Amino acid sequence: MTAGVLRNLPALVVIVPLFMGLVTAILGRQGRAHWLALATAWVTFGLTGLLAYEVLQSPLGFVTYTFGPWADAVPLNLAARPGAVATPGIEYRVDHLNALFLVIVAGMTAIVILGARLSLKKEIPEDRRHVFYGVLLLCLTGLLGITITGDAFNLYVLLEISSLTAYALVAMGKSRDKRALTASFHYLLLGTVGASLILIGIGYLFMVTGTLNMTEMARILQEEIPRRNKTVSTAFALLLAGFGLKAALFPLHAWLPNAYTYSPSVVSTFLASTATKVGLYAGLRFYFTIFGADYTISTFANEALLFLACAAILHGSVMAIQQTNVKRLLAYSSVAQIGYLVIGFCLVDASGHPIESGVTGSLLHVANHAVVKGALFVAAGAVVYRCGAVHLDDLRGLARKMPLTFTAFAVGGLSLIGVPLTGGFISKWHIVSGAIEGGYYPVVAVILIGSLLAVVYVLRMIEPMVFGKPEEGPQVGEAPPSVILPAWILIGISIYFGVNGGALRELVEGAAKTIAGGGS
Amino acid sequence: MPPWAGHFNYWIYVVLMMVGLYAAIAKGNLVKKLLGLSLFQTGIFIFYISTSVILTESGQFATVPILAEHGGPLTETYANPLPHVLILTAIVVSVSTMAVALAIVVNIKREFGTIESDELLEQELAE
Repeated sequence: MTAGVLRNLPALVVIVPLFMGLVTAILGRQGRAHWLALATAWVTFGLTGLLAYEVLQSPLGFVTYTFGPWADAVPLNLAARPGAVATPGIEYRVDHLNALFLVIVAGMTAIVILGARLSLKKEIPEDRRHVFYGVLLLCLTGLLGITITGDAFNLYVLLEISSLTAYALVAMGKSRDKRALTASFHYLLLGTVGASLILIGIGYLFMVTGTLNMTEMARILQEEIPRRNKTVSTAFALLLAGFGLKAALFPLHAWLPNAYTYSPSVVSTFLASTATKVGLYAGLRFYFTIFGADYTISTFANEALLFLACAAILHGSVMAIQQTNVKRLLAYSSVAQIGYLVIGFCLVDASGHPIESGVTGSLLHVANHAVVKGALFVAAGAVVYRCGAVHLDDLRGLARKMPLTFTAFAVGGLSLIGVPLTGGFISKWHIVSGAIEGGYYPVVAVILIGSLLAVVYVLRMIEPMVFGKPEEGPQVGEAPPSVILPAWILIGISIYFGVNGGALRELVEGAAKTIAGGGS
Repeated sequence: MPPWAGHFNYWIYVVLMMVGLYAAIAKGNLVKKLLGLSLFQTGIFIFYISTSVILTESGQFATVPILAEHGGPLTETYANPLPHVLILTAIVVSVSTMAVALAIVVNIKREFGTIESDELLEQELAE
């Protein structure tokens, strides 16, 4: 049994939530759905933890898993191009980079579901709740699948699974605010166009290489195809646009603010801390592993991405300052933080290699931002639970009324700014030192300005909480412990990252080497 | 025949896609937007299917990919079956997308009483 689990670990990471998602949707009535989903999420988290441990122990630095008996079969000549040999069958390949993202996605989902029961009781009608949990688990399946797979087309299919379920999750916010429906529709329209661009991009790569296996594709692209092949350049542009949309990189972030604002609190937390990160991962996988840093950095895409990332930081922060709805403020702050996530990967040294400290910084920021934004959205969800809305006016006097929620807001805000002892400081420190190393002084300036703007929008949340006079009317108490518990767990993790990274650091350093070293 | 004419399918695929994209962006009615989106995706299917077409050395189209022991003519060059299989999956994905999208549109009609995007925008701003 144990041996079977260990041998099939990569497959189980995806199969467990997929199967349990269907089971939850069918058998989840009378409140059972919550416990089924909770158990599934934690088991999945455990499996990804085991898998990450296996990757860290592996002498090769990666674990592979092939489906079906085709891997040993004689390679069929499937390609249009003579001489090309396709590797049949789907392969899962886990190295440090995807192990890191797997643990983040599964862990965040497990923690989010922990506090979901009471808040969903208020936001989702009872006859829909079991379906909601089922769809949430299917979305988790899609996100984990994108991260773990080593097959380009499989990635597209799982991307669509995670996107379709995400649209449905956002739309379920309609019982609180009917604008969730239009937000979801726009998300669907943009998301489908983005996914279709990815589909064409993968099709072009398939035409050129004759394979869908990412490792094989990378080898052929980097060794056999002449640089400046027009089909390859087109595929690169299409994939960049598609994944940029999925990761909500400025100016492709238009779907994000409304989707985060009007969806149920649990969904905002879940999407903010997982979905865009997975979009970023898929982009990185293509950017660094498949096309290879040598190719991508020699194109002007690298400078363009750097510029867009800087624009994202400034635009997102300035927009965040102008918001009066806390969830929308946090959503725009996410747009800004995605800039930090991208910046570190675009810094190159004089010899044209990615700077390791920048890459480390951005990878750490993926974990930090998932955790911190998760905590802030949970805290915002606690305010929604008590007050029904999250306008800045509703926050007046919150420090006295809901001290636990307030502390979560305050510490989370500090980490967004990047104050020492929080995780945000460590990652920004790495990015800034990488930028200085590469002589990117304007980028350093943008990061510092971005942090100052973050001070402003965080203070706009904190100020009414501390100094605002509470409104007359019914006294609002602290949110129930189970609603605010995830925020505290996440705040704890964030401070832990700020002081001592532990196993996370090991994974991040391995992943940074994978990227900076030009791929495995 | 001019050289670009040999890529007839690819021209059609781009034209279809762009017509669809235009409709998805410019039309105000949500259902029309979805029709555009559907057209956009169908264009991509045609592109994938076109990549499987292979010409033999004598300039003929390759035959169906059926193994000889199952009655197929596998002595000759055969068309690439993989894109067909891939696009079967993509068609299923596109149908599911339409299903989710139409479900959302039905709900929008129920809650807002309209599916014209300018009227929806007015109502959203009014709140």
